[in-house]
Amino acid sequence: MAHFEKAKSIHDWLDQRLAIDKVNKVMQTEYWIPKNINFLWAMGMVLVITFMMLLVSGIFLLMYYQPNIATAFDSVNYTIMREVEFGWLWRHVHAVAASVVFLIIYIHMFTGIYYGSYKKGREMIWISGMLLFVAFSAEAFSGYMLPWGQMSYWAGMVITNLFSLGSLEMNGIVEWIRGDYVPAQAFLTRFFMLHVLLVPLAIMALIGIHFAALRIPHVNNQDGDEFDYDEESAKYLAGDTKGSKVIRFANDFLSKDLFVVAVYLIFFFYLVFWNYGFAMDPVNFDPADGLKTPAHIYPEWYFLWSYEILRPFSKDIGLMAFGFAQVIFVLLPFLDRSPNVAPANRRGPFAIWFWLMIVDLIALTAMGKLPPEGIFSTIGLYAAVTFIALWVALPFITMMEKKK
Amino acid sequence: MENNSRRGFMGKAFGAVAGVGAVGSLVAMKQTWDPLPSVKAAGFTNVDLTTVEANVLVVEKWRGKPIFILKKTPEMLAKQNDEQNARDIKVGEDSYLVCIGLCTHLGCIPAYASGEEKFKCACHGGEFDTSGIDILLPPPSPLPIPPFKIDGTTLVLGEEGEEYKKMKEAGVTV
Repeated sequence: MAHFEKAKSIHDWLDQRLAIDKVNKVMQTEYWIPKNINFLWAMGMVLVITFMMLLVSGIFLLMYYQPNIATAFDSVNYTIMREVEFGWLWRHVHAVAASVVFLIIYIHMFTGIYYGSYKKGREMIWISGMLLFVAFSAEAFSGYMLPWGQMSYWAGMVITNLFSLGSLEMNGIVEWIRGDYVPAQAFLTRFFMLHVLLVPLAIMALIGIHFAALRIPHVNNQDGDEFDYDEESAKYLAGDTKGSKVIRFANDFLSKDLFVVAVYLIFFFYLVFWNYGFAMDPVNFDPADGLKTPAHIYPEWYFLWSYEILRPFSKDIGLMAFGFAQVIFVLLPFLDRSPNVAPANRRGPFAIWFWLMIVDLIALTAMGKLPPEGIFSTIGLYAAVTFIALWVALPFITMMEKKK
Repeated sequence: MENNSRRGFMGKAFGAVAGVGAVGSLVAMKQTWDPLPSVKAAGFTNVDLTTVEANVLVVEKWRGKPIFILKKTPEMLAKQNDEQNARDIKVGEDSYLVCIGLCTHLGCIPAYASGEEKFKCACHGGEFDTSGIDILLPPPSPLPIPPFKIDGTTLVLGEEGEEYKKMKEAGVTV
């Protein structure tokens, strides 16, 4: 039996049993953050807060939602929206957060790409982050099925059909995923389970890994500078807070983080109260009908770029291009052959690569929303080819980069 | 040393038990997701062909999928080539197209434009002719012909009749 003394206070009692002082030091007061960062470094906390809002609003929606193909549509559009007090609030928070979370994920991702925060020891941060992107995509897709409207049904049909792998015609896999020949009761109930249990569990585990991966390499900074964290933190603890290049996570950095969160929340609730329409597709306000395809099927805005890479090609080539687009970002730390960790604008040709990629993704997103006709098809095709070409060119561009 | 080999044995024993359990649970998990017997036995659909009008698309539901039935007009038949004729189903004097009405690209339901006499898919712009043959990308293949049997003037979907078997052998059903 370990030795315990009579506690002097509740704090002391807890500290003897849980080492709360030590935990507080390791997790907060002596977790060091560089000083030369900007508001883009707050996106992680913005994402944590958005995920919490999804979780809380989801818990309240779960109390009235019915995963049954006969009652799902009305349980959302009648029970939750009209009968439940503040049911509209939970639904609109959930819908807006599901859309905005992807906006922040993209900002977070491209901040990492711009500042080179994915290499030289930070590979696992990038990879766990990309796995989180995949998990959030699965969460968004499974959640989109639940209101069982026309877009739910037909998005479910189209996306599950992708698993037949084109000309391989593996319809058995598609039927296995659906539990039926078409999306029906078995499909709705299993995607409900995925949405409320399995995928959220995976997301929470991945968030843990993502944070842990940050611990040893530390967060990057605006100049890609390497610090001796022991030396800088010793300076800080000795009282030279001005001379030190680092600050404490809490309360120093956290206070700034939460300030950005506050600005974000004002924008977020402006959307929830006055401009939630963008997150709710009008076509999904028609109940699912297996015998009537909507005139124009398109995904939510955050999947449009990869959807547009699928669309302009013949079936098999389209699928391969789509598969390429899904995995290629994960490989970024290994395709970037330059050892430099620096902002893109100081890396020569990589800066051009970065901005071309952004413009191309915006073009793909815009074309994905428009009907697949005439000039839009052509622009979409060129943008899709450009996307692939940019990734093929990346190792060569970065190999030629001068060492800093 | 003796302890080590005992630990080694216990580790292997645990590994064996866990391995058997893991494989067993994977089998159970896989089969839990299979379509249920009630879903598989969703049965057959009977369609009375005498009420079908020429150049008017009839959509029936079979195993949750839409089935297109199109009676050809004499003008359509006059223009048809061999590939198109091979996909026709003949009942008495009349010729019909019977196919699963899901675009072979990604499973949307094409709409029938009776004026242009072709099927157009709104999702990604694919087109099929009146014999269900793909004439404009992205669909890679014709609309498939479901298993059927002709029973007088009734079309039985889900059962493989003589006519269907012949078409299947000729390779025109997919």
